Amino acid sequence: MTAPSLAPGRTGVVGTARTRLEGRAKVTGAARYAGEVPFAELAHGWVATSSVARGRIRSIDTEAVLAMPGVLAVLHHGNAPRLRPGVGLFGPDATLQVLQDDRVPHVGWPVALVVAETPEQARAAAEALVVTYDEEPHDVAFSADHPGVYTPEARPPAPPDVERGDVDAELAGSAVVVDEEYTTPEEYQSPMEPHAAVARWENGRLEAIDSNQGSYAIAQYIAQLFFLDAASVRVTSEHVGGAFGAKGVRPHLVFAVMAATMLDRPVRVVLTRRQMFTMCGLRTPTAQRIRLGADADGRLRAVDHESVSYSSAIQEFVEQSTRPTRVLYATDALRARTRLVRLDVPTPTFMRAPGWAPGSYALESAMDELAERTGLDPITLRLRNEPAVAPASGLPFSSRNLAACFEEGARRFGWPDRDPRPGVRRDGRWLVGTGVAASAHAAMTAPSTATATAEADGTFTVRIAAADIGTGARTALHQIAVDALAAPPEAVRVRIADSDFGPAQFAGGSMGTASWGWAITEAAAALRERLALADEIPADGITVRADTSELVRARQPVERHGFGAQFAEVAVDPASGEVRVRRLLGVFAVGRVVNPLTARSQLVGGMIMGLSMALHEEGVRDTASGSLVNGDLAGYHVASNADVPPIEADWVDDPDTHNPTGIKGLGEIGIVGTAAAVANAVWHATGTRQRHLPIRLDRTLTR
Amino acid sequence: METNSSAISLRVNGETHALTVDNRTTLLDALREHLDLTGTKKGCDHGQCGACTVLLDGRRATACLQLAAAADGRTVTTIEGMADGDRLHPVQQAFLDFDGYQCGYCTPGQICSAIGVIEEHAAGWPSAVTADVRPEAGPPPLDADEIRERMSGNLCRCGAYVSIVRAVAEAAAQVAAGREAAGGQGSGAGGTRVTA
Repeated sequence: MTAPSLAPGRTGVVGTARTRLEGRAKVTGAARYAGEVPFAELAHGWVATSSVARGRIRSIDTEAVLAMPGVLAVLHHGNAPRLRPGVGLFGPDATLQVLQDDRVPHVGWPVALVVAETPEQARAAAEALVVTYDEEPHDVAFSADHPGVYTPEARPPAPPDVERGDVDAELAGSAVVVDEEYTTPEEYQSPMEPHAAVARWENGRLEAIDSNQGSYAIAQYIAQLFFLDAASVRVTSEHVGGAFGAKGVRPHLVFAVMAATMLDRPVRVVLTRRQMFTMCGLRTPTAQRIRLGADADGRLRAVDHESVSYSSAIQEFVEQSTRPTRVLYATDALRARTRLVRLDVPTPTFMRAPGWAPGSYALESAMDELAERTGLDPITLRLRNEPAVAPASGLPFSSRNLAACFEEGARRFGWPDRDPRPGVRRDGRWLVGTGVAASAHAAMTAPSTATATAEADGTFTVRIAAADIGTGARTALHQIAVDALAAPPEAVRVRIADSDFGPAQFAGGSMGTASWGWAITEAAAALRERLALADEIPADGITVRADTSELVRARQPVERHGFGAQFAEVAVDPASGEVRVRRLLGVFAVGRVVNPLTARSQLVGGMIMGLSMALHEEGVRDTASGSLVNGDLAGYHVASNADVPPIEADWVDDPDTHNPTGIKGLGEIGIVGTAAAVANAVWHATGTRQRHLPIRLDRTLTR
Repeated sequence: METNSSAISLRVNGETHALTVDNRTTLLDALREHLDLTGTKKGCDHGQCGACTVLLDGRRATACLQLAAAADGRTVTTIEGMADGDRLHPVQQAFLDFDGYQCGYCTPGQICSAIGVIEEHAAGWPSAVTADVRPEAGPPPLDADEIRERMSGNLCRCGAYVSIVRAVAEAAAQVAAGREAAGGQGSGAGGTRVTA
């Protein structure tokens, strides 16, 4: 057969709304997540965690627990398999080195795994396990002036320090200066599906079903950790119940592999909701000082952004909160500094729009304060400081269109009619206000491989180790494949989330669809070339593999980002301090949108997480015990249905040829800017600035 | 072991199951681990997230807060029991059509909850946002505010709420139209299957 010619993505199904391919399975309960696949002889592991914040394990009383009904094993640092050190997704990851020594670095650190015939037995035994500790003094109190604050080592994509021009001189010469500190608290990804994995040995091969963001890389790291041949490990993750950065390689999988290996039977390990709060990362709190210097007409002369965050005693993780400042506004002088302090706390990790989300809250709040002090409309101020090139790197943008987002958003939101004065609008007992903020997120692409097979029956199969963590990736990749193969949708199947499909980018950094889509496009093009020369398709089909490593590497350096403008209307009850968000609008420039239905869901979902960040989310750490006070979904409130008003998300044309698919990625940008838009709206409603998240009742009542 | 376990009977999705369960086993774990009905999800095990929502004797309940032994003899409808063969329940179809989900993990609970909401509303139950709760005022319109309030026991971290509200409103209208076509009000027994 020969394939008809059709330029990839030009016509066809990319850009049309499609319901999810796995939708029927999800609404009927048929979709099985990692902890839901049954196996004969399945054993259940339950993690026991430390109750102290720092110290050494003195003893673990395994004997009593081993005598309990159904208990098969108690793994601890004295008997667990040795792991290869220095393994991790982004450099050595100490959080994977569980049960390797007697050190306890924070409350909730895993100290043992109890394995039993049933989950009830495993849980009871884990709770009965007596562990004693030699405690050491701990420090979990985060602040920007902590004596331990230091400059972390440079790591991509953002070096800790950027300095262009003379910030101090420009500040001294500015007509208007804003100099404020903004803080954000501990925030937790909290995907609905707890981390789960089942591991088993099958014909000499380790097979794991895991809830994660990228099976290929995780299979590699598991192989390295356990001194195994890379080809002897397979990880699959067909359905993943949310991730938001928390589902890289996590201890639950390491435990499942340890136990399956020791017991030679399938072992499932599912973390409890409370354990997710201590073992799966979090967004570090930040303390950010922003100084803006401007001429009287609002033109920026100086931008100085310093962000301090924390990491754990065992691992350096840097929240790069100055990233928005490096791309958003033109300025004569720019200084961005990233600082870190190490505490006896769980190790932070990526959470939706790492750096961008907390950083934009600070920067976009400060810009609103500058608008107030210069007497300018907040949108006018931002448009006046649109840069020709990226302010930090000096590189051109692949495309930007932020101004178009503001203009379209302002028109739809009714912004031009806004009275700029704060605290003057009433609706019954409510004070009402509106606010705006810019959104930005990096639009990176990473190498991936994909295969495309022309089957003998005339259909096509595309395989790629992508992950669909709720993004709609499976459906979007199907659309891309359909167009690239110029085949009818029903003749194309896309299979994902299997490490055997070869190297592929993680579902992270808003890089998934762009990276995977490129590889699929290349594979499809190569397959069509092969088919043009083939007389017939053999019984086992014709398969080609594409690898975009060279293509990705060969690109010219350019600043590639998505941008957006977010608008919020809030009502504040001056008696109780309650804040209600009444509506949100986001208009984005995010390259080509593959599936408007699922893209809108992702953008709106990001904005809802942004609303939640603005009003609700705050991990509260007890300095005396070092533990998280509110580590469950009752204490750590995430936005519920009743918290969420009508929300609209849309996009402007944003052609970008830097990746041949034109895709920029939009999984994270929705959360960037929302919190500032809400905070700015609360100021507009009440006249009280909100420089600390979340915007609690007591904070709206304090002047 | 004898004293730590109970022989129970559960009627699940129209089928009666005789089970022997550990007394510590929750209804949620009985469904998932004993009956392999994994459509009912475990998000928190504390009744805080709503992912495990099922209809228990026709009313919404979080299966993680029920001990299986205490549910002996009761009737459970799970997500697996909502479709009529290949034909999805209107709520299921609306979640699919309106993209009322992303990762899908809270979805079975949301759908069971929405089906419960539609029944509760039809039975005249007020909610915390119902302006006029006098019986003679009749049921309030099932508008967006009512749906948001009544669906707030079901967390969705992906943030699909806006589409969920649309899906529930659409499905409720279809269910009501179906009832009218069938010539009467629903019995109020959750799990009543109404096709559009």
